[in-house]
Amino acid sequence: MQTDFLSMNNITKVYPNGIVANDGVDFSLRKGEIHALVGENGAGKSTLMKILFGLEHPEEGEILLKGESIHVSSPNVAIEHGIGMVHQHFMLVPSLTVAENMVLGSEPRRGIYTNIKKAESETLELSRKYNLTVEPSARIRDLPVGIKQKVEILKALYRGAEILILDEPTAVLTPQETKELFEELHLLKEKGSTIIFISHKLHEIKELCDRLTIMRNGRSQGVFNVADVTEKEISRLMVGRDVILEVDKGPAAPAEISLKVRNLTVVNDFGKNAVNNISFSLRKGEILGVAGVEGNGQGELVEILTGLQRINFGSVEIEGENIAGKTIKEIRNLGTCHIPEDRMTYGVAETLDIEQNLLADKHDSPRFTGKILTRPKVIRENSLKLIGEYRIKCGSPLEEVKMLSGGNIQKVVVAREFSSDPKLIIADQPTRGIDVGATEFIRKRLVELRDEGSAVLLVSADLNEVMELSDSLIVMYNGEITAFIEDVRSLSEEELGLYMLGIKKQTDGEIGRALHV
Amino acid sequence: MADFFNIIFSVDFGYAVLRVTTPILFAAMGALISDKAGVINIALEGMMLISALTGVIMSALSHSAGLGLLGAVIVGALVGMVLAYFALNLKTDVILAAIAINLIAMGGTVFVLFMVGGDKGISSSLASKVLPRIDIPLIRSIPVLGPILSGHNILTYLAFLSVWVMYIFIYRTPLGLRIRAVGENADAADSVGISVRKIQYTALILSGALAGFGGAYMSMGYVSWFSKNMTAGRGFIALAAEAMGGATPHGAMFTSLLFGMFDALSNSLQTLRVPAEFIQMIPYLATVIGLVIYAANKTEQIKRIQAHQNREARKGAQEVKLL
Ligand SMILES: Nc1ncnc2c1ncn2[C@@H]1O[C@H](COP(=O)(O)OP(=O)(O)O)[C@@H](O)[C@H]1O
Ligand SMILES: [Mg+2]
Repeated sequence: MQTDFLSMNNITKVYPNGIVANDGVDFSLRKGEIHALVGENGAGKSTLMKILFGLEHPEEGEILLKGESIHVSSPNVAIEHGIGMVHQHFMLVPSLTVAENMVLGSEPRRGIYTNIKKAESETLELSRKYNLTVEPSARIRDLPVGIKQKVEILKALYRGAEILILDEPTAVLTPQETKELFEELHLLKEKGSTIIFISHKLHEIKELCDRLTIMRNGRSQGVFNVADVTEKEISRLMVGRDVILEVDKGPAAPAEISLKVRNLTVVNDFGKNAVNNISFSLRKGEILGVAGVEGNGQGELVEILTGLQRINFGSVEIEGENIAGKTIKEIRNLGTCHIPEDRMTYGVAETLDIEQNLLADKHDSPRFTGKILTRPKVIRENSLKLIGEYRIKCGSPLEEVKMLSGGNIQKVVVAREFSSDPKLIIADQPTRGIDVGATEFIRKRLVELRDEGSAVLLVSADLNEVMELSDSLIVMYNGEITAFIEDVRSLSEEELGLYMLGIKKQTDGEIGRALHV
Repeated sequence: MADFFNIIFSVDFGYAVLRVTTPILFAAMGALISDKAGVINIALEGMMLISALTGVIMSALSHSAGLGLLGAVIVGALVGMVLAYFALNLKTDVILAAIAINLIAMGGTVFVLFMVGGDKGISSSLASKVLPRIDIPLIRSIPVLGPILSGHNILTYLAFLSVWVMYIFIYRTPLGLRIRAVGENADAADSVGISVRKIQYTALILSGALAGFGGAYMSMGYVSWFSKNMTAGRGFIALAAEAMGGATPHGAMFTSLLFGMFDALSNSLQTLRVPAEFIQMIPYLATVIGLVIYAANKTEQIKRIQAHQNREARKGAQEVKLL
C-alpha cells in the first residue's frame, strides 16, 4: 500500500461572487504517478489546483505534503515546496526569449548584468535532460503553442518542481504535439516527477494516467485506478448522466436558397487571394459544412459573410439582398447570426455581465427599450429565460462573463445569437475548446434550428464535427473549393483528407453542383 | 523665406535644439520606464513643475546648485511614490491620480512660491542658483559641430547619457528584465514570484526622479528662475515622444529631438513677422500630427502582423495533424 505523497483534505473555496467552486474536496497524490483530474468545464479543477499552487486561498481545508501540514500562501511558497504549475493560459512574456522566461525571477547575474549566457546554457542543459527541445535564444512570440508549453514545463522544472500540475495541456495542441507531450511526460515520470494532469478528454486519460479523480459541480466524485473504469463510467460520473456524442438527426429538408455566394475573391493584407473565386449556395433547412485545414480562406469567408470585412470581388446575397456596402448591423437585420471563432474577442464583452452580453444585439429593439429608457424587467425576464434554456451555469445574470468557464461563455454567445430567430446561422468553430456537455448541447441546438428552417453554415476544423453535423459539405484549400459533397454520409475521412490537403480536386462540374441551380 | 532658412541652418539653431530637447528627453525617459512596467505615468508634467520649484527653493536656501538638483530629484521621486501609493495600494485609477497630481502641481507651486518668497508667478525674490555649463575641450574646436555640441548645461549631457543608461538598465539587468516582464504580462511575473507591486513602485519612483531632472533643468539651466506653469506641456509632449519612439530608449531620443526641433523652431521664428500665437502652437501641433501618423501606422501594422501570424500558426499546426 503506497502512502500519500500529497493530500488536500476537505478543501472548500467560495469565490467573492458566491460561486462555490470547491465544496469539501479531497484529493491525494502518490509519489511518481500521473494523476488525472477530470471534470466538465466549471467543475472546479483549475480552482483546486490554483489553491495547491498558492494562487487562491481556500475558506476551509488543509494541505499535507509528506505528512506535514503546509500553508501555501503564494506561488513562491508552492515553488519552495517543489510544486510547479503549467497554467491553462500560458504565463510567458512574449517579447522575451525562452532563456529569459526560464530564469525570470531568479536570474543568474554577472556584476550588475543579467548573465544571459548562463541562463541559456542552463536552459539547454535542462532541455536535454528531459528531452524537451527548445531554442534558448528564440523569442516566445515567434514560437508555436507546442513549444511554448515545453518552455512552461521547463520553467517549472528549473525551479525544482517535483510535483507538476498541467492544466488542460492538450486543449491547445494538435494530435501530433499531444503525442509528443505524452512521451515527454512519461520520461518525466521515469525521472521521478509526480504529475497532475487536468483534462476532459477521456481517451487521453486512458492512455497516459495511472489514477484519476473525477470532479463535478465543485465536488469530488471519487478516485479510481484508470485501469478499473471505462470511459463510459468516467463520463457518467463527470456529467451525471450518459452523454450521447452522436447527434441524432433526421434527413434534411432543404428549401429555398438563403445564402448565395458568387465568384467571391478576398485579397488579404499581403496581396494574396485568401479566397479565390468561390461560388456556392446554402438553402434553408440544411447544414452546409465548410471543411479545410485552418488558414485556407475559411476565416476570410466568414468575415465577409458577417460584414467584418469588405467584399473585393464577386457578390454575396443573403435572403435575396446583396450585402455589398451593408453594415454589420444591416446584415444581422437580414436574419444572420454569427458564432465567432474567437469568442473572447468577437463573441462577448468579457467585463460586462451575462445580461448585457445577452442583450448586446437587441438592446435597441422596442421589446427591450422604450422611447428613452430600457425596460429592466423585460430584460431580466429574457436573461433568466435564456440562462435556463441554455443551461448557463452562473450565480446570477449580473455575473461578469469572464468569470464563467469556457463552455458557459460559449453558451452565452449561442443563447444570444440563436434567440434572434436567425434565418442564416454562421457557426465558426462553435464547439472549440469547450466541454462535452456544452458541445452536445450546442450541436443539438444547431440541428433543431435546421429543422425549424434555418440555414446553417458550419465552419469547423473538427473533422468529426463537420462530418457528423453537416448535410452537405464544401472543402476549401488555398482559398478555393476543392470539393462539394452532396451527401456527407457517403464520404470517408481519408477522402476528405485528400481534398483538404489539395491532393485531390473535383472537376468544375462537380463543384458547380454547390450552386443548386 | 530666406530668413527662415537662415534660422534653421544656423549653428545657433542646432545648439537650441539640444537645449530645448533636454527636459523633453528626461521626461520621455521617465515615461519609458513606467510604460515598460505597465503603469502609464501621465503625471510627468506635474512632477517636473514641482521639481522645478523645489530646485529653485533648495538652491536659494542652501546656496548650492547641486543641492537644488538633489532636492528636485528627490521630490520628483517622492511624487512618483505618492502616485504609486494611490494607484497600487489604494487602487485608484492611475490616470485619474496622475491628473490630480498635475492639477495640484499647477496651483500648488504658485501657492508655495508665494508662501516662500512672496512672489506671484515668478521667483524674482529667490536668489536661486544655476547648474554649470560645460565646455568640452576637443569637441569645442570642431567647426560647426563644436558650437552645437559644446557649452551646454551639464544636465543636457546627462539627459543624453541617461538614454544609454536606460538602455543598459532595461535590457541588460535583472531588474530591467523584471520590469519588462511585469509590463507585458503581470500574471506571468506573479507566477514566478515577482512582486508586481514592488516592481511598479520602483518604476514610478524612477520615473518621478527622471522628471525631477527635467524639472531642475527647466528652472536651473534653461532659465534661472521658476515661473508659473513653466513646463508648458513638456511632460505631455514627452509622453508622445516616448510612444512615437516605439517605447525604446533610442527611438524616444529621436522623437524627443524631433519635438525639440519644433520647439526650437517656435522660439526662433518669433523674430520673423508671423503671428506669435501661431508660432507658439507649433510644438503642440507637431505632437498631435506626429501622434496621429504614428497611431494610424501602428494599428495597421499590428493588425496585419497578428492576422498573418494567427493564420500561419494554425495552418502549420493543422497540416502536421493531418499528415
Ligand atoms: N476568479 C474567479 N472568480 C469568480 N468565480 C470564478 C473564478 N474563477 C473561476 N470561477 C468559477 O468557479 C467555477 C469553477 O471554475 P474552474 O475551477 O475554472 O473550473 P474548471 O477548471 O474545472 O473548468 C466556475 O463556475 C467558474 O465560473
Ligand atoms: Mg479550468
